[in-house]
Amino acid sequence: MHEMALAEGMLEIVEDAARKNAAARVRTVWLELGALSHVEPHALRFCFDAVTRGGVADGATLEIVTTPGRAWCMPCGEQVALARLGDACPHCGSYQVEVVAGEDMRVREIAIA
Amino acid sequence: MCTTCGCGQGDIRIDGVPAGADTPHAHDHVHADGTVHTHTHDHTGAHAHDDGSAGAGGGHWHRHGDGAWHSHVRVGGSAHVHAGATVAGGAFGAVHAAGMPPERIVQIERDILAKNDAFAARNRQLLADRGIFALNLVSSPGSGKTTLLVKTIEALRGRIAVAVVEGDQQTSLDADRIRATGAAAVQVNTGKGCHLDAQMVGQALASLALEDDSLLLIENVGNLVCPAAFDLGEAHKVVVLSVTEGDDKPLKYPDMFHAADLMIVNKVDLAPYVQFDVDRAIEYARRVRPGLEAIPLSATTGEGFDRWLAWLERGTGDAGTKRDASVAALRRRVAEPEAQLVAQSSAAPSAPATPVRPA
Repeated sequence: MHEMALAEGMLEIVEDAARKNAAARVRTVWLELGALSHVEPHALRFCFDAVTRGGVADGATLEIVTTPGRAWCMPCGEQVALARLGDACPHCGSYQVEVVAGEDMRVREIAIA
Repeated sequence: MCTTCGCGQGDIRIDGVPAGADTPHAHDHVHADGTVHTHTHDHTGAHAHDDGSAGAGGGHWHRHGDGAWHSHVRVGGSAHVHAGATVAGGAFGAVHAAGMPPERIVQIERDILAKNDAFAARNRQLLADRGIFALNLVSSPGSGKTTLLVKTIEALRGRIAVAVVEGDQQTSLDADRIRATGAAAVQVNTGKGCHLDAQMVGQALASLALEDDSLLLIENVGNLVCPAAFDLGEAHKVVVLSVTEGDDKPLKYPDMFHAADLMIVNKVDLAPYVQFDVDRAIEYARRVRPGLEAIPLSATTGEGFDRWLAWLERGTGDAGTKRDASVAALRRRVAEPEAQLVAQSSAAPSAPATPVRPA
């Protein structure tokens, strides 16, 4: 359940930004999650609700924006979409694909009041 | 996940069916230029609507044809009307203001692993400065990591000094086994934690008597999922898969194999007795990590061990060479201004050491 550690990381970033901006409440947190990142959104939501309780982000809505996975297909010599690790190139069927995007886990912005 | 906008509940699937797929949710979007698009997605706890139809507050994210994302609040009915609001100021710009309650948006753009990664960078620097080759060994419980470490330490005795960080939820049994070989070892108990993080390893390193130009083996908590996300400052993650597990594990747990730079296929002496195809396991691992190096071996019989030891010696040698190169570069950087100072002082030998005040 490493999502708990990730949620704590998020909370630290959010509370830090809330403090710097003298926020009374954090209403929404926008999180970018790559489709190929090491996190299960459902578990992360559960943990986010748990770690935010009683703090400035208590009750905040977690908005998860999933960014697509991209990979460089060596036989095709171009970037292709990759839905999951272990998938083949959707064009040529090769597994010689190097992930180039979709692994990010980033707090992008927060809405504060 | 909604294939149009990407929102949704991730990849939890029950018998191959996305969880929550029985509650599809459709939207029409009417854009300022009159175009309409519709998308559907599963909706358990997904985005919230202003009218309270699913949770409180918040806007609605979707992606436009140009790939840009934005958020806006539903204004009634099933249609979303963009009141001439086009995306400005980047993917996450502008449109928040339209119809949102009085609140401020603060841009953050920080990786949620930033803190761990900062500790990892510190560990990596410490290790690089001392020419230490560090490996993060990851696997399921019971793959034979500790036996592999014990045999490795014994085989390298007199050639390379080895220190070990042992991660387990409880007990110091593994560190005790390592110390019995004479190697330095420290046990990290993660309690309820399922992985080592870089801060724990940093603390462990501070209590270990590390030798320069040595090998550091970090045995992570037995868990094929969570440790994949956490950089500890190691040179490489080494994933250990034993033949008593399934040869399809690289496909079932792709994150860990994707994160690894070397796969050890352990317990190959037992291969005749189990349904495990070593070549297939390696092929599957290379689907998620193209070019992954693989070493089949048996820590018990020593089969395949020479290749593993050669790999370790090469890595340790390279770590020492890199450290020597950076020390030499640092010396050159220091030597240059020193030489200039010497040249200046010899050019003006009679200059007074301290400025003379006018009388």
